[in-house]
Amino acid sequence: MSARTIAVWDGKVRIRVHSEGSGPPLVFLHGPWGLTWDPFLDELAKSFTVHAPEHPGTTPETPDDVYHLDGLWDLVLCYDELLTALGLDTAALVGHSFGGMLACELAAAYPARVRRLALIAPLGFWRDGDRVVNWMMLDPARLPEYVFRDSKSEAARRMFGTGADPDAATEARVRLVWGMGATGKFIWPIPDKGLKKRIHRVTAPALLIWGKEDRLVPPVYADEFTRRLAGARVHTVEGAGHVPHLERPDVVARMVKEFVGG
Amino acid sequence: MKISAFHLMPHRELPDDFEKRYESVWVTPPWWELADAERVGQYYNWTLDELLFAARAGFDGVCTNEHHQNAYGFMPSPNIMGAVLAKATNGTDVAIVQMGATLPTSNPPIRVAEEYAMLDCISGGRLVAGLPLGSAMDVNLCYGITPMEHRERYREAFALTLKAWQSRELFAWNGRYYQLANVNLWPRPIQQPHPPVWVPGSGSISTFDFAVDNDVCYCFLSYSGAKAAKTMMQGYWDVVAKKGRETNPYRAGFLQLVAVAETDAAAEAKYARHVEYFYHKCLHWPIQYLSPPGNQDYRSLVAAAKSNIRRAEDTKALRYRDFVEKGYVIAGSAATVRDRIKEEVVKGLRVGNLMVLLQIGSMPHELTLENMDRFARDVLPSLRGEWNDEGWVNHWWPERLRGTGAPRAAAAVAAAGGGA
Repeated sequence: MSARTIAVWDGKVRIRVHSEGSGPPLVFLHGPWGLTWDPFLDELAKSFTVHAPEHPGTTPETPDDVYHLDGLWDLVLCYDELLTALGLDTAALVGHSFGGMLACELAAAYPARVRRLALIAPLGFWRDGDRVVNWMMLDPARLPEYVFRDSKSEAARRMFGTGADPDAATEARVRLVWGMGATGKFIWPIPDKGLKKRIHRVTAPALLIWGKEDRLVPPVYADEFTRRLAGARVHTVEGAGHVPHLERPDVVARMVKEFVGG
Repeated sequence: MKISAFHLMPHRELPDDFEKRYESVWVTPPWWELADAERVGQYYNWTLDELLFAARAGFDGVCTNEHHQNAYGFMPSPNIMGAVLAKATNGTDVAIVQMGATLPTSNPPIRVAEEYAMLDCISGGRLVAGLPLGSAMDVNLCYGITPMEHRERYREAFALTLKAWQSRELFAWNGRYYQLANVNLWPRPIQQPHPPVWVPGSGSISTFDFAVDNDVCYCFLSYSGAKAAKTMMQGYWDVVAKKGRETNPYRAGFLQLVAVAETDAAAEAKYARHVEYFYHKCLHWPIQYLSPPGNQDYRSLVAAAKSNIRRAEDTKALRYRDFVEKGYVIAGSAATVRDRIKEEVVKGLRVGNLMVLLQIGSMPHELTLENMDRFARDVLPSLRGEWNDEGWVNHWWPERLRGTGAPRAAAAVAAAGGGA
């Protein structure tokens, strides 16, 4: 795997991009807890050239770059610049949670750039009767049980750094909190920032993937996408919470591969 | 030195099992289960009566503050309270200390500049302009301001406020968060170039720098007492010295909980349950509410994650005697209280502008008046002369009220009215 840093936004925002594999280009946009290269991305890299950028500010070496962005519009423009810098006229976009919302916004802003759109438990809508749980206000000790169906799993341990090494735990804690802050900047206090006005512009075929036991963003939110995206399909993942691609990497990678068509 | 009476305006009658039944006193407590508007009207009137009693009794200033959606202290608009106090204390030399209206939750923030100018006009130039950042609970959780923008918005609004008071010409403000094409404040404050500015803080290093760079009075509004604040306030004075400012004690304010009785034992008998109510119920909130992700900048986050020092003590496990012993509350006879305030707060922290919280938690009206009366009669006179021997000028106090530190003549305050 190679990692390079690409400066966008007139050089002010540095985005580190991890790239791996070969085949058609696929861009993965991560969720609120930062990017960790995981078995899901390994699996996708067997069929695609996977580019996984770290959202502005979530790279430990450049935490303050996110202050140069005032809102979602700025962020979407940054990603347009990034795709250009990666030499990608078009790509498949796969996004998780916050990254799913961002992928959908990109597909609405630049319909011609997006060949396929796979959204894993994406944010972007709000229902008063099925509120999205604000993970930023949960007791940190209980966050894993909201994100994962099984908070004791290996994948949960990887994300939350609940190992024995106190330095690693501290590092993980900082990475998680700052990741939530840097992504939360674009969605606080309610993750509905007007996607409903723009989603009609999306032309790419879309796939929705949802963990059946998602405790943060209830699976009913898939309806908000399918009734606005013609022909969009929904796959529900058994035994998974809000991060099905980490909880059932083989299953979700197969869904994405079949949809994107390696 | 200057000594002001501070008030939170808390719910005084929360149920005994409040902290077990409800997750938080702030943001989420259910109004319909816990409160009654008629009764709350009584609390507001008691609060005003108590502050006016303090003004009559000889305090130098009366303090109100802004908080939202809570039972711990619910003056969502401190300036409504301040207006009553300003009018009722006209003709006296009591300062109206607003601690204060919160800039990032006021939109546009020149609303604060306008209302403070009104208060300064109504009071005849007796306003102290507290310009707080606001708590994360109020600003981020209740008022929806993005945590990562909280400080940036505050700093922009602060600069706009100072300019709006002072500018001789109409000006345009083309800011990052606020855009106003025609800023031309009516009214302007009596105090020139502007009322004294106090900035409350909770110990973050970036606020020390901000306070010293802007030459304001930095106020530590602590509920943990002077012992716990020692290291932190020393950090502030180090910044003052490093930046070449004089170490004038009036550059610092501090809030101390105080309870006075005939003897130390009598203080325990009278105040113990109210002190425990305050720390067990009024400060009951999930710890993560204090700092949602992004509210702390990256360097502060890293420093906090690596250090255990800042991890707050679990006050639920403490009882009255612990709070007194640790200095969270200074309580006892007048002699005990006077000696501890002098040693721990005034000298220990180098504080010239002292605020005392004398209505604590569930403390009823009559007992609050007794506490205020005892403090004003038996403690305050022996504190007022502190710092006089060093000859400092309190630049952070309304100029016409600075005086000499000599005992004030008894003030004739308009009758406070008989409550609701």
